[in-house]
Amino acid sequence: MYQIDDVTKTYQQGRRVVRALRGVSLTIGAGELVAVQGPTGGGKSTLLQMLGGLDRPTSGTVTLDGADLAGMTDAQLTAARAGTIGFVFQTFNLIPTLTALENVETALVPAKVARQTRTSRAQAALDAVGLGDRGDHLPGELSGGQQQRVAIARALVKNPKVLLADEPTGNLDEETRDEIVDLIEGLWKDQGLTIVLVTHDSVVARRAPRRLRIAKGTLKELPSP
Amino acid sequence: MFFTYLRRELRNRRKQTVVVAIGLAVAIALVIVVNAVSTGVKDAQSEVLESVYGVGTDVTVTQPAAGPGGGPGEGGGPGRFDFGEDDGEASADGMRSLTQDRLDPVMGSATFDSSALDTITDLEHVSGVAATLALQNMSFSGELPDFEALQEGGRVTLRAGPDSSGEASTGDSSFEIEQLTVTGVDPGAAAVGPLTTAELADGRTLEADDEDVAVLDATYAEQQELAVGDTVTVGGEELEIVGTVTSTTGDGVATAADAYVPLATAQRLADLDGQVSDVYVQVDSAENVDAVAGAIEDVLPDASVSTQADLAENVTGTLSTASDLVGTLGTWLGAIVLAAAFGLAILFTVSGVNRRTRELGTLKALGWSRGRVVGQVAGESVVQGLVGGVAGVALGALAVWAVNLAGITLSGGASAGGFVLGGPGGGPPPEGGAAVQDAGAATFGAARPVGVADAANDAVDIVLQAPVSPWIVLAAVGLAVLGGLLAGVFGGRRAARLRPVEALRSLA
Repeated sequence: MYQIDDVTKTYQQGRRVVRALRGVSLTIGAGELVAVQGPTGGGKSTLLQMLGGLDRPTSGTVTLDGADLAGMTDAQLTAARAGTIGFVFQTFNLIPTLTALENVETALVPAKVARQTRTSRAQAALDAVGLGDRGDHLPGELSGGQQQRVAIARALVKNPKVLLADEPTGNLDEETRDEIVDLIEGLWKDQGLTIVLVTHDSVVARRAPRRLRIAKGTLKELPSP
Repeated sequence: MFFTYLRRELRNRRKQTVVVAIGLAVAIALVIVVNAVSTGVKDAQSEVLESVYGVGTDVTVTQPAAGPGGGPGEGGGPGRFDFGEDDGEASADGMRSLTQDRLDPVMGSATFDSSALDTITDLEHVSGVAATLALQNMSFSGELPDFEALQEGGRVTLRAGPDSSGEASTGDSSFEIEQLTVTGVDPGAAAVGPLTTAELADGRTLEADDEDVAVLDATYAEQQELAVGDTVTVGGEELEIVGTVTSTTGDGVATAADAYVPLATAQRLADLDGQVSDVYVQVDSAENVDAVAGAIEDVLPDASVSTQADLAENVTGTLSTASDLVGTLGTWLGAIVLAAAFGLAILFTVSGVNRRTRELGTLKALGWSRGRVVGQVAGESVVQGLVGGVAGVALGALAVWAVNLAGITLSGGASAGGFVLGGPGGGPPPEGGAAVQDAGAATFGAARPVGVADAANDAVDIVLQAPVSPWIVLAAVGLAVLGGLLAGVFGGRRAARLRPVEALRSLA
């Protein structure tokens, strides 16, 4: 699924040059569930940006299904994100003025599907995360766990090839955290989705069959549990 | 999704939406009011002009006087009475009874050959032409000391009243000067000219084959207690009054002259055969007015050519103050408030985008194109502008309605008017008998120019009626939408620069 070769990423932060990734190479097969651990500022988020086509590497290639994300234009990256990559964020990032159902629908807007299809697919996605009856609630009316379920439904409604999750349980209590991890695990098992899960929570990371650790811009494979 | 999202955003940020909409609404309302009042004042100005120059006149042609007494009607100059030793009848007590009628072109303008009429008629875009001869009839009646008595050291005192008549005494003498403005008009040319704002009050109007008859201004006729069938003395000749006219401008408003006579009669009485003083020109369409005025200036280099716009500058009184006020203060105020409202809209939109950085970044991460995100932000601003515009039109209409309801009265006159008798002659002459000329002829001068009509009669009171045209409503809403669009452009540019990575920022 992913073929990452010698990827570096440097930022200019004021006068300081930050080398977030220093020659990272990685292969992720289709249907894998990979957890990425590491300290804050070690390069976890930067790696996720490269995988998700949110940013381009300074050097190296990021190949997703044979297409090099590093060489794409903004428009091509946008199209790739719209079609094949689903995101889940630590802070849920739901649109506060839109209902749960409408939030899920926003992911289908770039695909330009008919309104009715869009609504029914969004409803199905909400059903899949167990929130079928909360479609007309605003994010503010939902608990943190419920909001993250809506976000997961939004990520999955377009049937992406990969799901990239950035600290998906970072803002949740333990009980809810387990619910969400169960949900993600279930999706992985049922749908054969490729999932990259960035977390600094070892409990969460240990549930993944493959674990990576990134610190100071360098990637290290951790032994399987 | 576009409209759902848009509606939700505006409703959710109600306070901001309301503030921006109010800002735009106030600005738009102000623009509407300023425009409406300015149109109202302009209408009032043209009404004033119409009362003097007639309806439908686009260009007037006159000839400025070459100098004092330089007109063709020579003989001491207009407004002067010359008495020779043999004039009048001497009475036993050394006084002499004198009456004299003078009919001259009004001061400040000269007459010119009526062939100018044909010259102008032949010009392109001229759709109507009428010539008039504006005259000033002054009649003197009274007693003066005999000239021998004067030369022996009698003093002459002249007192002039503010109106058209003068009274004076020179020692034991007393006399009256009566003034009457007479306009010779072509009865055939009905479409243009001073009589177009006059309507018949009594009797009949002038007809093509009329001779030695007059139509009086109804206000003048009332003052002088004259009616149809009576006679009026013009240039020493008695003319039958066949009708009276009033101004269509308003009640109690005088028409341009006191009396109207056929042009030929006026020319004969004033001894000005083939001469006219004013040519009224109608132009086929408004955009050709300046071209026609220019063409007339080319063919008649000595003439003074005025368009309605030139004449509007001569309107005096509160009308002119209102015009200045609306013109400068109103426009500036409108511009400033509009700029402030635009600034407010831009500020709120940009800060809104800043606050929504993560939200908009998330949409980009979800695969929303830059155009879609920018369109969403801009759409919100434009709709906000539209709301402000509609509210502004309502507010503006309300304000204009209030202005109209208040019934603000403006008074104005054309500054060409204004008749003053007096000047240097008003005080005692320095040497005994300055009124006595070497030749033994007394000369009393109306020292200042005599206008088209006297100022007292000419001021027109007009209630300000500020109209709101559909065009200004459309323009105002357009302006508000433009404000929204401008805000959208600024906000949208900011949104366009947002990177999808912003979605990953964990801290808002």
